[in-house]
Order: sequence, then C-alpha cells, then structure tokens
Amino acid sequence: MNGQARGGYQSGVAVTVRNDTWWISPLLTFLGFSTFIIYSTWSALQGNHYYYGSYLSPFYSPLIFINPYAVGSAPVEHAWLGAYPSWWPTFIPQSPAFLILAFPGAFRFTCYYYRKAYYRSFALTPPGCAVNPLPRRDYRGETFLLLFQNLHRYALYFALLFIVILYYDAFRAFVRDGRWGVGVGSLVLLLNATFLACYTLGCHSWRHLVGGRLDCFSCDSLSKKRYRIWQRVTFLNERHQLFAWISLFWVGFSDLYVRLVSMGVWRDFSTWGN
Amino acid sequence: MTVRAILVIARLNGRIQDSPLQKIMKRNFKIWRGDKNGGQFVDYRTNIEPGMVVLDVLHRIQAESAGDLACRWNCKAGKCGSCSMEINGKPRLSCMTRMNSFKEDETITLQPLKTFPIMRDLVTDVSWNYRQKEKIVPFRPKPRDADGNYRMTRDDVERIQEFRKCIECYLCQDVCHVLRDQGGKDQFVGPRFMIYLASLEMHPLDTADRIPAIRKEYGSGFCNITKCCTEVCPEHINITDNGIIPLKERVVDRYFDPVMWVKRKIFGV
Ligand code: SF4
Ligand code: SF4
Ligand code: FES
Ligand code: FES
Repeated sequence: MNGQARGGYQSGVAVTVRNDTWWISPLLTFLGFSTFIIYSTWSALQGNHYYYGSYLSPFYSPLIFINPYAVGSAPVEHAWLGAYPSWWPTFIPQSPAFLILAFPGAFRFTCYYYRKAYYRSFALTPPGCAVNPLPRRDYRGETFLLLFQNLHRYALYFALLFIVILYYDAFRAFVRDGRWGVGVGSLVLLLNATFLACYTLGCHSWRHLVGGRLDCFSCDSLSKKRYRIWQRVTFLNERHQLFAWISLFWVGFSDLYVRLVSMGVWRDFSTWGN
Repeated sequence: MTVRAILVIARLNGRIQDSPLQKIMKRNFKIWRGDKNGGQFVDYRTNIEPGMVVLDVLHRIQAESAGDLACRWNCKAGKCGSCSMEINGKPRLSCMTRMNSFKEDETITLQPLKTFPIMRDLVTDVSWNYRQKEKIVPFRPKPRDADGNYRMTRDDVERIQEFRKCIECYLCQDVCHVLRDQGGKDQFVGPRFMIYLASLEMHPLDTADRIPAIRKEYGSGFCNITKCCTEVCPEHINITDNGIIPLKERVVDRYFDPVMWVKRKIFGV
C-alpha cells in the first residue's frame, strides 16, 4: 500500500515522527562532554600551572610525583612520593594529573547517569525517545562488551577517597605561609569538593550499598539506621544528573581558575593580598 | 479591569486552562489507517472545542466521517491504560493529551504503538506483555505471624508503593528501544515487568529469589538505562532509577562483585 511502512514508521538513523526539539538535549550533552574531555586532556598534559599560593588544581590532586622545575608546579614536599624518579619512562608525560585522572574518569564513565547520557548522545542507542537508534545487527546491551559497567561500585570506592582528598586540598587552600585567610580560589576549591561530594554521595551504587539492598528496613536497629542514610542518599540521588553536570563544570573551572591565576592572567582576590 | 483582561491573566497564570475565550476552530489530523497487511495516513479535519483531549477528537471523527476508525479506550481518565498510541511521534495516553497542549496550526499525527503488532488502525495487539507476566514467579509470602497476621511497616512498603501505580498502559514497553528497535523481545521483559519484579524483590514479606532469572531470562542487562521508559510513564513512576537500577545492582551483588561473592561463601549471606 503506497509503500508506507507499518504503522507509518520510517526506518533510518535518528528518524522520528516527533516534531519537537528532542535533539537539543543530546546535542548539548555531546558538546558539553566533548568540551570537557578536550580541555581536561589538554590540561592534564600540560604538567604546569596547576598550583598557585596554596591552591592545587583538582585535576592534579593527589600529587604522587612532581616535576619541581615546571612553571606553576607545587612545592616538592606536597607530593606523596616526591620528585619524578630517574627511571621514569620518557613516553609517559611528567604530569601529576596523568597518574590520577583515570580514577575520576572511570567513575564518571561507569556512572549510571553518564551512561544514559553518552549512550544517547555519542552511541545513538537511541539518540532520543521514539527516535530510531543507530542500527546494529546484534544488540547486546550491557550483557557483553559493556559488562565492565557492573563494576561501577569499585570506581565509587576510589571516588569516596577523592572526596576526602579534595576537602583536604580545599582546607589547605585557606592557609598560606602559615597564615589563615581566604581567597576566591579557596572558595572555588571548597565548592569543588562539595559539588563532588553531592555527586558522589548520590551514586546509585552507593544508594544500593547503604540500604537499597535490604528488603526490610524495619527488621532490626541497624537496618533502621541504614534506612535513614538511604533516605538522605535518595535525596541526592534524585538530583544526580544535576550534580553530575555542576561538579563536572566546576572541576574544570577550578582547574582553569588555578591555571589562569598561576599564569598571571587572572588576579586572585584574597586576604593575603597577593 | 475588564473581565476579559482578568481571564487573560488567569490563563497566563495557568489557573484556567480552557477559558471561554478559546475559540472553536478547525484542526488538521493525520491518522494511520490500516491493518497488519499495510495501510496509509489519512487526513481528517474537525472542530476542536475548549477542553477536548485527543480521544475526544477521535470520537468526533468517528461520528462525523470515519465510523470504522478503530481505537481502544475505556476509562477516559488515565487509569485503565487502554488508549495508548503515538501522538506526534510520542507514546502517550490519548485521553490525557489535551488539545491545548499543541500549537494552533499544528497538524496532529496519530499512530498505533510501534512495538506491537497492528490489529487495526490505532489498535495494537499487546498480548506479548501478558506472556511476559506469566513468566514471572509470583509473590511468595513467608508464613503468617503466630496470631495469623502479616506485619510490615510503612517504611518497608513505601518504596514499592510507587510501582503499584502502574496502569499497564505499556507506553514504556512501546518506547523501550530494546523492544521497539533492537528486536529484543525474546531477551528482555521490558521496563513494565522490571518494576513488577522490583516490587516483588523488594517486598519485605516475599521469599522467592528471582535474581538469577532477572539476569538471564528477564534480561536486565539488555536495558542500557537510557530512561525513555521513565520519560513516557503517565504515572510518573521512576522506572529506571527506582526499579531497574536497583535490580541491576542486586544482580551485581550476586554475579559480578568479587567481594560479595567471598562474603557469601564465608558468611552465607
Ligand atoms: S531505560 Fe532500559 S527499560 Fe527503560 S526504555 Fe531505556 S532501555 Fe528500555
Ligand atoms: S510503568 Fe508507567 S508507562 Fe509502563 S505500563 Fe506502567 S504506567 Fe504505563
Ligand atoms: S551512578 Fe552516577 S556516580 Fe554512581
Ligand atoms: S481511556 Fe483509560 S487510560 Fe485512556
């Protein structure tokens, strides 16, 4: 009958009968993530201008090894293991960020929200609701090549550690040359740790582990306590997408802030007056 | 202030959705007509009055010009889940889609659900869903307390209450790309039954263990949590966040987490 597909549905990638602007959200997601990936990779490769006064860029924290001769690098005693050893292979850039970015990277990559976002905007599986996906012969979902997504909770354990580290950095940012004070940078770093905590503590795996896995919340006193925690985590979990974006933007901005202040492009207003 | 101005302001505030100011006007519709052998879009034009929903329009078209136009409906109150169709490409309940939610000059396209076989016009055969439900191990309560009662607290059941709002409209099943586009009907039971499973698995009185089947037979791994089911659910059930993801995490506990595995071997829990 005049060649119309069954029910009036046509085939083809991203074909849909929808006439609203469904494509805006995956497009913005695509642009947002791409910008972040490009900026963070570039910044991580620099290995310089990640420190100013008492501010340490979150991309570079914790510092494992340091090249103390790089401009805008932290004093060598800040590194857990000091300066880069002589045996350091030349093909691995001497940038402290390089050693640690895999952890937050893996955490965000396996996050349930980010999965949704990039399955839609990068993998087009599907690009939007009731919009045709990229055709594939054998869709296996997360049962095959993507099985590793099931280990998200292990990335979470590291992420929890990073909250502590980043709060520690934030508090250090309030002390310069032995004097307490406050600068715009200290606030930027404090907000960074806080946004990151709100994102991490709203994690679905965390929600499951703290209490979601119980069937009975009232059966004993421990379960009752876990139920209270589960309720708090649920509050953050309901805002997980929001904090995923805020914390992503803010961690990039914090790095940029420290970088530009260290380069002398921006001036950091602070009680230390420098 | 004139009455007219008050009405305009009230409408802008969203207090009065269909004021008497809204005029009766002709609107265009494109409705898919056909059966399992094929069909085509047919254009219709009819009067719209304030307060009408898409289902009212279908009834009017049936009365005026297409007495044989097939559509399924029952309650006209968003509670029976019969009137599901795709309206301008979106899976929706036609009895809950108000005409004033569209632009005035917009042609409205109505199609049968894409995921299920067409019977006629806007009516599809959704019996595949009934077969999925039959596959699921039903509620198996533990024995009653000594006084013959079952006991559970509000805190315990609140979480599963959400899933009981489901009206089985199957809009989520229709939009789920695993069933809709990836040919996954043999591997995945779909979001509606994932929340059904969640309501059983999280039930404080239930004793059955469905985790192995959730992974294998019911196919939790086929869902890639892209959340379209949640987007279309007319009952606003958080299908993905509160149902599917918690089940996926329970599957991880059982099959993928080495620490949980060791813990189970040693402590048996
Ligand atoms: S979240 Fe999962 S179940 Fe829901 S529509 Fe997407 S793939 Fe289907
Ligand atoms: S979960 Fe929502 S969309 Fe799915 S069948 Fe139930 S009410 Fe309909
Ligand atoms: S689900 Fe997003 S961080 Fe775990
Ligand atoms: S007619 Fe019952 S839900 Fe629409």
